[in-house]
Amino acid sequence: MGASARRIYLTRIVQAAALAAAVCFSLGASDGASRYNNLNHRLMCTCGCAEILGECNHVGCPNSAGELDELRAGIAANKSDQEILDSFVAKYGAVVLAAPTGKGFDMVAWIAPFAVFAAALLGTVLLVRRWSVGKTGASAAVVEDPAALAMREKIRRETDTNLDGGF
Amino acid sequence: MASLGSLALLIALALAAYNLIAGAVALRLLETGQATRISPERLADTARRAGIAGFVAVTAAAFALVWAVFTNDFSITYILEHSNRDLPAAYKFSALWSGQEGSLLLWAWLLGAYGFVLRLTHKTDVRLYAYAGTILAGIQVFFLAVIVFPASPFALLKGAIPEDGNGLNPLLQYPEMVIHPPMLYLGYVGFSVPFAFALGALMMRYPGEKWIKITRGWTMVTWLFLTCGIFLGMHWAYAVLGWGGYWGWDPVENASFMPWLTGTAFLHSVMMQEKKGMMKSWNVWLIFSTFLLTLLGTLLTRAGLVSSVHAFAQSSIGTWFVVFMIIVLAVCIFTYVLQRRHLQTEHHLESLVSRESSFLFNNLVLLTACFVILWGTLFPILSEYVQGNKVTVGAPFYNRVAIPIGLFLLFLTGVGPLLPWRATSLKSIRRNFVLPVVALWAAAMVCLVVGVRPWKDGAFDTGSFYALVAIAVSAGVVTAIAMEFFRGAVVIARQTGRNLLVGTWLLTRRNMRRYGGYLIHIGVVIVVVGLAGSAFNRSEERELALHDKLAIGPYTLECVGSTQETNANYDSWYALLDVSKGGAKQFQMSPEKRVYHPTEQPQTMVAIHSVISGDLYVVYEGTNPDTGQPIIKAFLNPLVGWIWAGLAVMVFGTLVALVPSQKPAAQKGGR
Repeated sequence: MGASARRIYLTRIVQAAALAAAVCFSLGASDGASRYNNLNHRLMCTCGCAEILGECNHVGCPNSAGELDELRAGIAANKSDQEILDSFVAKYGAVVLAAPTGKGFDMVAWIAPFAVFAAALLGTVLLVRRWSVGKTGASAAVVEDPAALAMREKIRRETDTNLDGGF
Repeated sequence: MASLGSLALLIALALAAYNLIAGAVALRLLETGQATRISPERLADTARRAGIAGFVAVTAAAFALVWAVFTNDFSITYILEHSNRDLPAAYKFSALWSGQEGSLLLWAWLLGAYGFVLRLTHKTDVRLYAYAGTILAGIQVFFLAVIVFPASPFALLKGAIPEDGNGLNPLLQYPEMVIHPPMLYLGYVGFSVPFAFALGALMMRYPGEKWIKITRGWTMVTWLFLTCGIFLGMHWAYAVLGWGGYWGWDPVENASFMPWLTGTAFLHSVMMQEKKGMMKSWNVWLIFSTFLLTLLGTLLTRAGLVSSVHAFAQSSIGTWFVVFMIIVLAVCIFTYVLQRRHLQTEHHLESLVSRESSFLFNNLVLLTACFVILWGTLFPILSEYVQGNKVTVGAPFYNRVAIPIGLFLLFLTGVGPLLPWRATSLKSIRRNFVLPVVALWAAAMVCLVVGVRPWKDGAFDTGSFYALVAIAVSAGVVTAIAMEFFRGAVVIARQTGRNLLVGTWLLTRRNMRRYGGYLIHIGVVIVVVGLAGSAFNRSEERELALHDKLAIGPYTLECVGSTQETNANYDSWYALLDVSKGGAKQFQMSPEKRVYHPTEQPQTMVAIHSVISGDLYVVYEGTNPDTGQPIIKAFLNPLVGWIWAGLAVMVFGTLVALVPSQKPAAQKGGR
């Protein structure tokens, strides 16, 4: 198999994997029990215990049983997930949602971590590349010599298997 | 006792202030070489001795408070609010840190204890230790000032003294609560020491990297305490709160996790500085950040900035912490700007694919995780400021954002050891990565076959998907680490003519830190597998009349009785459940609900049966007021025991890493 054919083959595999992942992620929970379980983990108990509604278990909680009943009623009335969540927000305020929504300023909560990570990753890669480009010029002759390369690899391997080297 | 305690704290504050001022003056005089009547060395030594005496004074104050608890001295407000006559002795002792004022006293005492050890061992490097001791004295002045002025544990009650106290928060009346807070505080406070050394070394432009070697032990021990503290907290939450989980992304949990992440990053990147003279500024800022995050954690716990289930220690001393953090940050920035030339790196990375860059990426991911948690913790405040309404940032946010980052970190844990220093070749990558990749895919296949599948009821299930990835990557990581041991052991075995087992032992003895580190990584992997099990948790809840049954997984629980008992400290309701498996009775469980007398607060005592495949976790939810029958909730939590086993391996690995390596015979003999 030629290099270009191999590249196309690899590209196809990556594309297929991405498609499969996208299909998997786009599938949603469908039946009532899993919807109930899913939704009660997207809501908070409002009694002040700071626990997820589906996990609030303290004795005599004045709110969780009522909230769970409302949730069951919403599902039984064939409301969509969003309609149910909206009704909870309308009644209890935005704090009833266990996580920020994907709208307005709440979106910042979701974007910032990935943006920071991506920026830091990009910055690091660029920095290392700049350093390595600076080094390549000085050591190009050595790198191109196969014998020297093999020797260097052997030394590295031995150092790396190391008996007193670093972590 | 209140007077003795208050006096001891005042003396401790005066001594810490003297330690700070005299120490700073002496170091300045030594720096400038200015002639004075008293020699700067002697002045510095008086400062050191003041620090030692200060520890004795804080110890006296802590003793006074413990004495007051045991003698039921309810004239002291703190004792009234956190103890009562019938409180068992062990919990009376833990009353020392059950409230704000007492826990700050514990903080000051631990800081004094760390400082005491540091000042006694000052001959290792007199000048550097003098800097570190003076910086620690500065921190101690702050904590003592807080407990002398706004949060005194010895404040006296105004008016008539009640016969009995209000008692200890029932949540804290659990054996682990006698260990967990001190352990966590040992970790929090301990990071003051590497911080003091780093800042001191920067201030004095300490030549070389020796200060890192000096502080290595301190940092690792501190990290170990913090790790144990966090895990003990998880176990406490699991065994006491009765919700079937161990980590709820509560702001206070997050507060303990953030310095752990930066501390872990520091432990990794500092090796680059030791070996290659790289990342000096980065390391200095990592340890500065770690210390600042321990303060931030305390601020979050105390100031009530964010809502938390840890509401038992909130007050208005937040402003003190904010001001102190600003001062610390200003000192760090000023010192860094002044001395940054001293931190110029000696080498740069040569390749994106090398062990150096794996350390760099590991740091990047750890810090991103720290940022995610900080961001999630503070976002409700930011949202309120920007939008005018508070939002909740709970488990769904962290699970979606932090878990992928954690998995990437796990992946790097496996990749790092496979990469050589400086640069690598494709051939070397292929050779090193084949087995781990094979192990990864094999584990994934096995998981799919045994039922760990990323879908449930025909729909994609994110939790199961993450679990599958975590277990598969874990298999790859363990293989990578095993290869490291194996390769080294083969070389040693060949050199010495011994077998592989002895070769592995000799290999580890030659580089305890490295192989201890690998053991810690194996511990982390075991913990991750345990965490992955949570994707398959199940629960069932039922009201059980006599001989009613509840089935969950392979177990059947049969109610064979329920009763109520009373003792001096609490009323207790519990059910007796016979547990059978495959039709045969295996054991009995008795989940319990308690209501503590002075406070009338309820408390869950979960019954847990733990085996390697998972826990049967049974909660007495309450009693049906109409029927008088117990409501039982049973959880089947797979692999939870792996989390605690992983901690044991991590502790063992850290202890191994702390032992000095054995030098090869050639080096011993005269070189």
